[in-house]
Amino acid sequence: MSLYIDRAEYPAQPDKNLLEVCLSLGLDLPYFCWHPALGSVGACRQCAVKQFKDENDQRGRLVMACMTPAAEGTRISVDDPEARAFRAQVIEWLMTNHPHDCPVCDEGGECHLQDMTVMTGHTYRRCRAAKRTFRNQYLGPFVNHEMNRCITCYRCVRFYRDYAGGDDLEAQASRNRVYFGRAADGTLESEFSGNLVEVCPTGVFTDATLKQHYTRKWDLQNGPSLCPHCALGCNTLIGERYGEPRRVLNRYHHDINGYFLCDRGRYGYGFMTAPSRLSAPLLRPAADASLHPAAADEALAAAAALLREGAGIIGIGSPRASLEANFALRRLVGPERFFAGVGEAEGRATALILDLMRQLPVPVATLRQAEDSDAALVLGEDVLATAPRLGLALRQSTRHAALAAADRLNLPHWDAAAVQVAGRDQRSPLILATCASTRLDDAASATVHGPSDEIARFAAAVAHALDGSAPEVAGLDEARRQLAQAAAAALSSAQRPLVVAGARGGEALIRAAANIALALHRRGRATRLVWVLPECNSLGLALLAPRPLAEALAAAEAAGAPTAIVLENDLYRRAPHRAIDAFLAKARVAVIDHTRHATVEAAQLVLPAAAFADGSGTLVSSEGRAQRYLRAYPAAGDITDGWRWLGRLGALADGRAPDWQSLDEVTRACAAEFPTLAGIVDAAPSAAFRAGGRKIPRQPPRYSGRTAMRADRQIHEPPPPADPDSALAFSMEGHPGQAPAALLTWYRVPGWNSVQAVNKFQQEVGGELRGGDPGVRLLQADSAAAAGFLAGDAPEPFARRPGEWLLLPHDLIFCSEELSLLAPAVAQRAGPARLLLHPGDLQELGLADGDPAQVEAGGETMHLRVQPDPALAPGTAALPAGLPRLPWLDLPAWGSIRRVRG
Amino acid sequence: MSYFINTLATLGRYLLHSFRPRATIQYPEERPAIPPRWRGRIVLTRDPDGGERCVACYLCAVACPVDCIALQATEDEHGRRYPAFFRINFSRCIFCGYCEEACPTDAIQLTADFEMSEYRRTNLVYEKEHLLIDGPGKHPGYNYYRVAGLAIGGKDKGEAENERPPVDVRDLMP
Ligand code: SF4
Ligand code: SF4
Ligand code: SF4
Ligand code: SF4
Ligand code: FES
Repeated sequence: MSLYIDRAEYPAQPDKNLLEVCLSLGLDLPYFCWHPALGSVGACRQCAVKQFKDENDQRGRLVMACMTPAAEGTRISVDDPEARAFRAQVIEWLMTNHPHDCPVCDEGGECHLQDMTVMTGHTYRRCRAAKRTFRNQYLGPFVNHEMNRCITCYRCVRFYRDYAGGDDLEAQASRNRVYFGRAADGTLESEFSGNLVEVCPTGVFTDATLKQHYTRKWDLQNGPSLCPHCALGCNTLIGERYGEPRRVLNRYHHDINGYFLCDRGRYGYGFMTAPSRLSAPLLRPAADASLHPAAADEALAAAAALLREGAGIIGIGSPRASLEANFALRRLVGPERFFAGVGEAEGRATALILDLMRQLPVPVATLRQAEDSDAALVLGEDVLATAPRLGLALRQSTRHAALAAADRLNLPHWDAAAVQVAGRDQRSPLILATCASTRLDDAASATVHGPSDEIARFAAAVAHALDGSAPEVAGLDEARRQLAQAAAAALSSAQRPLVVAGARGGEALIRAAANIALALHRRGRATRLVWVLPECNSLGLALLAPRPLAEALAAAEAAGAPTAIVLENDLYRRAPHRAIDAFLAKARVAVIDHTRHATVEAAQLVLPAAAFADGSGTLVSSEGRAQRYLRAYPAAGDITDGWRWLGRLGALADGRAPDWQSLDEVTRACAAEFPTLAGIVDAAPSAAFRAGGRKIPRQPPRYSGRTAMRADRQIHEPPPPADPDSALAFSMEGHPGQAPAALLTWYRVPGWNSVQAVNKFQQEVGGELRGGDPGVRLLQADSAAAAGFLAGDAPEPFARRPGEWLLLPHDLIFCSEELSLLAPAVAQRAGPARLLLHPGDLQELGLADGDPAQVEAGGETMHLRVQPDPALAPGTAALPAGLPRLPWLDLPAWGSIRRVRG
Repeated sequence: MSYFINTLATLGRYLLHSFRPRATIQYPEERPAIPPRWRGRIVLTRDPDGGERCVACYLCAVACPVDCIALQATEDEHGRRYPAFFRINFSRCIFCGYCEEACPTDAIQLTADFEMSEYRRTNLVYEKEHLLIDGPGKHPGYNYYRVAGLAIGGKDKGEAENERPPVDVRDLMP
């Protein structure tokens, strides 16, 4: 089983194409249109190689490496002079119309076209013809358009339309006028539009937020980070210059995000430099005074006083703070006084999910496994809003029918166009059960709509249809029963079915989802589950076994004036405003956070915490994977990690040295206390790690301006700050080779300056990173566990109430997540918040699309404009979740709606 | 003996030197003639239209072997890119001229001025207002934005040198 490249023998890989094989072998073969996740279409003609019939063939013929299988006995030459000349010629053609833009092009310095041009040796433009030009479009706050630079590789539309399901970007016009844009100027609608920045090999699509403070790739100081905007744990790379994060790039992780991020993850970074960012300790000298900036010592002394005086301290942890920070708080206040800063229902649901992750014999899927499933059932979550990258993975899962059709015709999976034709109109089942319509509905084979209780009933019916011993649902209407049966049939005829449910759906739904997975598991299917959790460390917080928030509020009621330390949390997002007002009025509150919010306004003392670009810690993703994020730049002034503040506070309280001085120490302390968390120590190499005796540099080797950046303030160059928390250095000096996967600070090797260089960091193209992908799975399904169905009655059927509406939470990708909404670009995408109602209900209320309405529920009054959504069950209404201007409600809740004059 | 002769010969050569023309001049009373390609004080020039030539591409900064150039790119409301600040720390500069060589717009140029001594190092930190001159320096003709594809104020798409008017994407003609 061999093939021959330039007469050297390599193993053949018939299911791969020659381009993949050459790149995996480390050979430099230029390409444009092929993308490891999008496959080959043979459009750009850049990857030409010479293929020979046998060892006696001297002439050979040019073939496109990306369109030729790496079959047994293949003989090719990459180095052949004719192949080389052909490739140089292709670039020269592409360049005839290319603008003289590199100096003002945001792609410059990380441009695949530049790299390939240099690689083929084309240097001077011989063509003297006038250049073709295009007009650009405004594409919204995320992506900038400069169409002159296009080389018509078609990657953008193949990603945007074929991969991500968008329909507002298309290839237009003909011959050499082909244009990639929208029908008219306007914001790109896809939740994944930001990936165009990385997919496009040229400067046509570039990061519009980076443009606002443009910095070249070689000037960015980077930190391997994690996306804090949902629980999936996508890996990111944060680039910093002049003390502020300037962009977020995808950091490849084979099992999680692969090559793509969602726009919330890519553009949410703006919260770290928003006006709401806390940069200094704040003190309130008297109860009625306002907060004013204070020195760190003063603030710490005040904190120590607060800790001594209060009638017992309690700690409120956070699902968006690191495991270490939560652990440090728990250590300071004691396990009995450590509370979860999450809503009541959310806390219960998360705890149940954690139990199920431990007890069920059904394993939890990675995103890659979700993508590989051949039938999926999503229950009660609009994944595009609550776990966006999962939505993209589910969309890929529907391609399995097409891939199966391709298999029957013996077509290789990388042949994207052929697979598309072979599998036309064939989709693997994807069944979505949500309260309102979603933007994934177009990929679904069936949709079910209703409030979460109805979805729980539907789910229980699916479980019962799969396995008669699962609890039965009484009084299900016939249409639903048939849908449930069809869903059961679709799932049970799949090889690798997937069940997705989350904290949003509530406990009954979670149990029903688990029963479906169990029923499939009993039938011998390789079933997997995905649990969607609300925040980046929801699971990490749950693993520390905190007590529910309600008990903290109740305890405050009982115990005179308690002292509360609130960690990275706005309590007003967790419980009714009146309850929090009462609590904050009684308690003496110290807040540790990076962002100013309503709870900060009520605090006596505020300590500025590091965020994800200037802090380090560990997060546990919804998959149960512990992953480390490491700061990109030293935190400014008194800002420091939450766990470090808490360590100092603990020391002050008992007058001894802090329990930990560095991240490794606090991580080890945490791992030692919780056996389940033992693995977190290995989530990334420790600070003592050295590669070839040296630290890993955060700055690229050509980082510029070192002796001038600070020269206006300080003429002497200070030594690079030390980083006690990681094996990374704030310097361009250090280990020159590749770092371990968890410590990667950029993708670049000589000759490959663009993100395409990730090929050089993988074991094989599209495979795991060298040395294994980072992160440690903390929870493993116990395949020997008993597979008995979970008991519990299905909820009562939904019944309309006259004059009342059941208000349901409606998650929105750019609106419902607290931190990303503070980023200006994301806020611009948030759009107006609308109350969704069934069109019939709108009519009943005498309202039309866009009319203002008043909603009353839970003692709160809200004003919103309405919008019809035929998917909503009559008698229900969907309220935008997490919107800061709306009061917190324990949804679903009954409320009244009436029209008001607008 | 030979040692003695050698020494005398050397002394003789020294003596002859005193009748040679002098290379040393009485600076600063007397001014040296500096060749135009001398690599002295760095300036930022303007294009023939009087616009700032530097497009803030960062190429000079990355070419600089001592990393003494720092700048930040920004854009005016019509998309013209220029440096928001541009700083050269001359106390680090080795006057190698790499920045000038790297500059794709002829903006940064080394001049024949070498008289930059200061008593305080901080006075050797030049900001954009100290660097920017009013003329095009050694390259009078070049105007980068006239050949670039980027549209800026006063130059729309298709109006650069050697460009065709923008494509009409709705055009169906073959
Ligand atoms: S796309 Fe690449 S080659 Fe083209 S102008 Fe931009 S940096 Fe230069
Ligand atoms: S816009 Fe970019 S990705 Fe799209 S065809 Fe042109 S070069 Fe390729
Ligand atoms: S899917 Fe979630 S973790 Fe991934 S980038 Fe989006 S918000 Fe971040
Ligand atoms: S190389 Fe020239 S155009 Fe680029 S930043 Fe330096 S001076 Fe400006
Ligand atoms: S990469 Fe092979 S033809 Fe484009």
